[in-house]
Amino acid sequence: MSTTVEAPPAPSSATAPPETLSWDSRSRRMVTIWVPLACFLLILLFPFYWMTITAFKPNAELYDYNTHNPFWITSPTLDHIRLLLFNTAYPRWLMTTMIVAVCSTILSLIASTLAAYAIQRLRFKGSQYVGLGIYLAYLVPPSILFIPLATVVFQLGLFDSPIALILVYPTFLVPFCTWLLIGYFKSIPFELEECALIDGATRLQILRQITLPLAVPGLISAGIFSFTLSWNEFIYALAFIQSSENKTVPVAILTELVTGDVYQWGALMAGSLLGSLPVAVFYSFFVDYYVSSLTGAVKE
Amino acid sequence: MSDVTAERWVRRSQDQNWVTRLLDWKPFLVVMCLLPAVGILTIFLTYPLGLGIWLAFTDTTIGRSGVWVGLENFEYMMEDPIFWNAVFFSVFYTGIATIAKFGLGLWLALLLNNHLPFKSFLRAIILLPWIVPTVLTAIAFWWIYNPQFSIISWVFIELGLRTTNIDFINTAWPARWSLIGANVWRGIPFVAISLLAGLQTISPSLYEAALLDGSTGWQRFRYITFPMLLPILAIVMTFSIIFTFTDFQLVYAITRGGPVNSTQLLATLAFQRGISGGQLGEGAAIAVAMLPFLIFATLFSYFALARRKWQQGESND
Repeated sequence: MSTTVEAPPAPSSATAPPETLSWDSRSRRMVTIWVPLACFLLILLFPFYWMTITAFKPNAELYDYNTHNPFWITSPTLDHIRLLLFNTAYPRWLMTTMIVAVCSTILSLIASTLAAYAIQRLRFKGSQYVGLGIYLAYLVPPSILFIPLATVVFQLGLFDSPIALILVYPTFLVPFCTWLLIGYFKSIPFELEECALIDGATRLQILRQITLPLAVPGLISAGIFSFTLSWNEFIYALAFIQSSENKTVPVAILTELVTGDVYQWGALMAGSLLGSLPVAVFYSFFVDYYVSSLTGAVKE
Repeated sequence: MSDVTAERWVRRSQDQNWVTRLLDWKPFLVVMCLLPAVGILTIFLTYPLGLGIWLAFTDTTIGRSGVWVGLENFEYMMEDPIFWNAVFFSVFYTGIATIAKFGLGLWLALLLNNHLPFKSFLRAIILLPWIVPTVLTAIAFWWIYNPQFSIISWVFIELGLRTTNIDFINTAWPARWSLIGANVWRGIPFVAISLLAGLQTISPSLYEAALLDGSTGWQRFRYITFPMLLPILAIVMTFSIIFTFTDFQLVYAITRGGPVNSTQLLATLAFQRGISGGQLGEGAAIAVAMLPFLIFATLFSYFALARRKWQQGESND
């Protein structure tokens, strides 16, 4: 019995290192893992490469594939970026987007920290239902809400104002952050708070001096998520903002740079590249928080 | 002595002013903590949701508050071939894109779950399409799909596989497939990284046991990986379905619903009628038509979560 079971894996384990739990040879591993992985990476990254290379190509090369290999630039130029920065309101759009993203992130972090603390730690009657309600709010997509929200924003007199975006973005940020922070607060031992209670601390002192310092990694994750989500938001910004100078980058590129029949592809790509950079840089600093909170939020 | 100190301690706590005592009174504290979040969500989410349903039954236009017209908007929609085309494309887009995203995403997750060098670096790079603003990558796809200067066409012609440029977005069916391609491209990273997190929670001892029992690779996937992954798969899929069905940005950026409305999704059609066309009532009716589908997806999600005894409960995990 035991010999028949052990016999088959024996020859393969001689060729592969045992710790990889491997039953295949090096070349097979190459074909089944590295080749498909390389294809995935190529396809996932190609649009970024294409965006970058187009942004630095002079127009002569951009529209002439026969004499210039399109995959490379022979004489890179900064013309498109110069056009973007000095002949359009691009710096202004970047500024607006940054202000909106930062303000709505701060607003939703405050609201969702308090809510998550109340739901997870103050444990009142019906806290589960409040938690479930906030979770359900995340499932309501902006595509359904933008028409009635446009009328609400109009009634509040905030139409065409970035303040409208700052107030509206928390509708999709708060549910997500609350969800993430509930999970995070849960991992902080309750005993620490009980000790503080016995020592005579008030609830708010506990939140400020014990729970929040311990929850800093969770707050950072929630902050990064909120920032990238509000930077990426499109439909509300498209529906609520009319005047050119108040537009956010994604909306402005699509509505202000695309004019007439001849598209300035170089400038469009330069605009997309510059608009992606802040998020990409921000993301690369905190990538570990980002991945862990994404996977953590899914696992919860 | 000890009696005195105890008395002092009691008195000091009575000396606290009423604000401090109020803040330490639990019901008040709960209300204060929940107020910002619940307030924002009520004003800007629950109220508009109800208002949207109300608007769907009125003939409101921009600048004029409408009157109740009953089911007129819906009756008009039922006879509108453009609406039915949008329903068809929304379902088609969601179905094909979800299958492709999950098939490829699961494959990528399984690849990443091997012992690889630079693992965290690979994960970071793979998430990029998901981080970068959708509209900006959509513009890149718009350029890639350009009828005259498409790089894909160029490669195919250079390789001798075709003699003419590929028509990506100027006729109905190629445009539909091109949009689905862009959506899948953007969705794979999220699915792959979420499923990878699920894969990493599966204990290796299960695989060792299966190996000793002489299982094949397919059997290990079918009887260990897949069932263990199912809860996360259900949640991620619900989110993916909801946000693909209500997608707006990709279509608006690449085709604006064209050619001849063939790639309108319900969301883009609602925008076209409601905001661009000014018929708020009609746009709201189209948006409300998405609700039954979303409620179905949410219930699916709720029961998938409930089966896992979700985080709100204390004793279970």
